[in-house]
Amino acid sequence: MNGAADNAIRLRGLDREYGDRAALSGVDLDLPSGASLAVLGPNGSGKSTLLRILATLLRPSRGEVSVLGSSLPDEAWKLRGRIGFLGHEPLLYEDLTGRENLEFQARLYGLPREEASARIESDLDLLGMSRRAGYRVSDYSAGMKQRIAICRAVLHRPALLLLDEPDSNLDPEGREAARALIGHPKEIGWASGMTVTRVAVSHDPERAKAEADQVLELAIGVGA
Amino acid sequence: MTPSLQALGAIVAKDLRTELRTMRSLPAMILFAVTTFIIFRFGLDRTALSGSLASGVVWTTLLFAAVLGINRIFLPEREEGGFDAFRLAPVDRPVLFVAKATVLFLYLVVLEVIVVPVFAVFFLNDWSGLVPLIPVLLLTNLGFAALGTLISSMAVNSRARDLLVPLLLLPLVVPLMIAATGATSPLLDSGGPSFDKFGTWLLVLGLYDGVFCLVGYAVFDFLLED
Repeated sequence: MNGAADNAIRLRGLDREYGDRAALSGVDLDLPSGASLAVLGPNGSGKSTLLRILATLLRPSRGEVSVLGSSLPDEAWKLRGRIGFLGHEPLLYEDLTGRENLEFQARLYGLPREEASARIESDLDLLGMSRRAGYRVSDYSAGMKQRIAICRAVLHRPALLLLDEPDSNLDPEGREAARALIGHPKEIGWASGMTVTRVAVSHDPERAKAEADQVLELAIGVGA
Repeated sequence: MTPSLQALGAIVAKDLRTELRTMRSLPAMILFAVTTFIIFRFGLDRTALSGSLASGVVWTTLLFAAVLGINRIFLPEREEGGFDAFRLAPVDRPVLFVAKATVLFLYLVVLEVIVVPVFAVFFLNDWSGLVPLIPVLLLTNLGFAALGTLISSMAVNSRARDLLVPLLLLPLVVPLMIAATGATSPLLDSGGPSFDKFGTWLLVLGLYDGVFCLVGYAVFDFLLED
């Protein structure tokens, strides 16, 4: 197998524009499977845009994008169900409970009921949300929403984790607990026997670099 | 059960559970329809209606009550990130169209179960036309649901969605309303129901439903793109 085939993510000259404004310009990247990438840069440098392109939620304006062997945007459909995405929004329905949100997610991903139930309870327990999972999401604090959103992002055991400031709103205890679900791929408990690649956007360079094998620094309107 | 059917069931169950919990759409639709009947009752100064006038009153009221539900059908997906969550899932995108159209269809059935008898109490001397009205209601609901879901998905990302939905929906719904009122009018005649061109109107309703179900299913994938 050649090097390109071993890469979970390969970007060449990736551009993305919003109208006249360049959000990303000429981004190149090779990220091996099973590695952890930290994406750093100031506000407006396109970190979230990059993550949404990799998640197939945004189309690139130009350039080559290959994710888990699928070329984007043409083969985006092949990646459905293989990506765990944690964005700025928790992607949770406010009028459902935390547990109902996870059960809904499990049904969307076609998980067998018993397996889904076991995963949900195990992940909720890891993040200290078991007792509070029966409350409506609208009653949660931002930190509690983030904990449920983390459970949602990994419930289907994705091969690629795309995390946009995963520590936001989490207290130190929550950050520590979250490492077992979304930390470095070697630390993730659920990933035994599978290769998981991780891309995390962060505003905390020291912490991000400690959890990363590779760093991508973005400047405003320019890739690095 | 196939993954698509499982996802369809999950979305429908989620929406119905949310509606039962929050009562955001149905009570407003029902209240609007009942209030409109009261306004017609006093505005027309008539205690009984029949034929085309009765048909016009009932369908005008149901149409505008349906617009209230159509406006809200995708709001949770828009405001709580449901579109992104759905686009990441291994589910064919038209499944969301079918699920939302199903939910809207069920809302309309509940609306009609409550407000059509209210209409009959207010305006009808002879209720015998109500049973043959059922297939007309169901076929028209299907057309409302397919077209309404399509229009709502196009308008939901716009800040002017409350304006856009009626502006886009009403011209397209004219053929459906012509067929629905054409089928209903003889059923509500004062001398009892007649079935003049009833089959033809049902066929027109069925064709309309088929066209918009297929169009919605075919184009929904593109409407979910960024």
